[in-house]
Amino acid sequence: MSAHLSVRDVSLDFTIGDTLFSTSYLRAVNRVSFDLKTGQALAIVGESGSGKSTIARALCRLYTPTQGTITLDGQDVNSSQALSAQRDYAQKVQMIFQDPFGSLNPVHTIRHHLRRPIKIHNPTLSVSEIDTKILELLDRVGLAPAEQTANKYPYELSGGQRQRVAIARALAVGAQFILADEPISMLDVSIRLGILNLMEDMKQEGIGFMYITHDIATARYFAERTAVMYVGHMVEWGESDSVTQNPQHPYTQLLISAVPQAERRRSTETKAKKGDIPMWTPQSTGCPFAGRCLHATAKCETHMPGPTEIAPGHFVRCVLFSTAP
Amino acid sequence: MTFAKRFFGGLVKFYRGNPAGIIGTMIVALILCACLAAPVLTDNDPNKRVARGHQPPSAELPFGSTRAGKDVYTQVLYGGRVSLLVAFSAATITTVIALSIGVTSGYFGGRIDEVMMAITNVMLVFPQLPLLIILAAFLGQVGPFVIALILGLTSWPWGARVMRSQTLAIRNKQFITAAEVMGEAKWRIIVVEIIPNLVSLVAGMFVGTALYAIGAQAGLEFLGLGDPTVVSWGTMLYWAQSSAAFFVGAWWDFVVPGTVIALMGGGLALINISIDQISNPKLRTGRYLRIWRQLKAQVDAKRSQS
Ligand SMILES: Nc1ncnc2c1ncn2[C@@H]1O[C@H](COP(=O)(O)OP(=O)(O)O)[C@@H](O)[C@H]1O
Ligand SMILES: [Mg+2]
Repeated sequence: MSAHLSVRDVSLDFTIGDTLFSTSYLRAVNRVSFDLKTGQALAIVGESGSGKSTIARALCRLYTPTQGTITLDGQDVNSSQALSAQRDYAQKVQMIFQDPFGSLNPVHTIRHHLRRPIKIHNPTLSVSEIDTKILELLDRVGLAPAEQTANKYPYELSGGQRQRVAIARALAVGAQFILADEPISMLDVSIRLGILNLMEDMKQEGIGFMYITHDIATARYFAERTAVMYVGHMVEWGESDSVTQNPQHPYTQLLISAVPQAERRRSTETKAKKGDIPMWTPQSTGCPFAGRCLHATAKCETHMPGPTEIAPGHFVRCVLFSTAP
Repeated sequence: MTFAKRFFGGLVKFYRGNPAGIIGTMIVALILCACLAAPVLTDNDPNKRVARGHQPPSAELPFGSTRAGKDVYTQVLYGGRVSLLVAFSAATITTVIALSIGVTSGYFGGRIDEVMMAITNVMLVFPQLPLLIILAAFLGQVGPFVIALILGLTSWPWGARVMRSQTLAIRNKQFITAAEVMGEAKWRIIVVEIIPNLVSLVAGMFVGTALYAIGAQAGLEFLGLGDPTVVSWGTMLYWAQSSAAFFVGAWWDFVVPGTVIALMGGGLALINISIDQISNPKLRTGRYLRIWRQLKAQVDAKRSQS
């Protein structure tokens, strides 16, 4: 059973100032397109403020795109605002959040956190059937002994264990896609790999992941494909190996050079101008990286080229590679 | 079952190492039980003349008699029923309104929030006591039921704002977003996910409003704005004052209801303070004292060993 979540030309504006005469907008996501497939992972990499969480929230129907469409198996996901539509959709697409301490309700047990999603999506199950399912899920995400874990409150679990509960919750509805918004960035380094491997197992079982991170190394480890975002724009994307080993966009090169690596010499470090990260509005033009880019030309201020395929399946949006006039 | 277990578990946690809470609860419970058990504790009728006027306390009349020859002991018990009923009804009304408005406003935001907060702010800028006096005076001498209603309907705005700001803080937590993404209905998010996080705030507000209502009701009735034919702690003070009990030396006539009001107020205040300490950890003192004592005991034990 393979499903296909498709994002086409999506832009998302936030209202940031609202006066009597004018409203000003912030464009958090600008004309982004990508696809998620079951059994695969797409990593979205970028520094904070680049619109990664916003696109994930749009994919969860928490925000409605200003432009463009999101479709699940060809159906527009924003066509109905009814609760039943949200529930149908929730059954296929779930989210895991960054902060393991904020994503569970402190007044409820772990059992409650898993009972609700099961109950909402399988209203006919009996109490004991639901309970069996809860224990199965806890076992599956590595939280044995399940019976004891189920009766605990969130404060009795560590960050890594909570994140496992969050994954179990996404599995509880039977989601086909999981949007993981920096799921390991707030965890101790020692337990990160365990969570990534759990997600890897889920992926092998056929779940599609969108893996948001600012750590390009884990993107390569976990995801088949990687997309690099900067100020709401996708600037480079393709096979993870290709993007991380052979980065072409000046921003991707900067991002990768920032990763400390033993074998890399200082001299090869890519440098960038000290420029401000621009605030994008619906009226802004050009390439958002122009202000910091060493290769920037006058054209970059006004023109952002479309994607160029520089290697099979590897795309870059940069005038350096643009073949169009 | 688990709910009951958690409820009692919570109570035990609340009272452990919390002398203020224990003393406050004991005072309030004692007065409450005495008032409820009034028919057992006295054979007299609070409205009947049982002795000559202004008799001092004696074996017969433990708290003396009023100017009209009524038994002060019996009156304070029966009057307490009225006063406490008014206080707890007013507190219930206030808490329910404050909770519904605050949570709705905070969770839904937008237009709903704007309208509700506009109403709340208008209510808030009215100085409350003058408003009460004007209302009561306008309605004539009002019975306890109306007093409860007036107090309940006028004291919610501040509480609504507190509830709203707390709801705003909770709404932005990811577990709420997770519930939304899950397809949970809005009313369920409010009732099951948000309100249980407000329990200590709700309890504090209930007790605080009851405390305020005891005082406000006594004040209104003392000023003669209540119905003087109904026996309550406030009207007892009113009659004591109008019969010049102070000048003729019948101290028991005003000291008894005054003391009960003060005791009840003190008990509620103690409970309120200890709830505040729970919901605002910065105010917590007892726990640190206990940790300090434990550490001291350990050090002492080590010293005596060596
Ligand atoms: N609810 C919001 N209202 C206004 N601006 C927002 C809102 N959410 C995010 N933004 C802005 O949108 C931009 C992208 O944010 P976000 O998607 O959270 O970035 P990331 O997850 O990549 O760090 C940021 O500039 C942020 O300030
Ligand atoms: Mg983010």
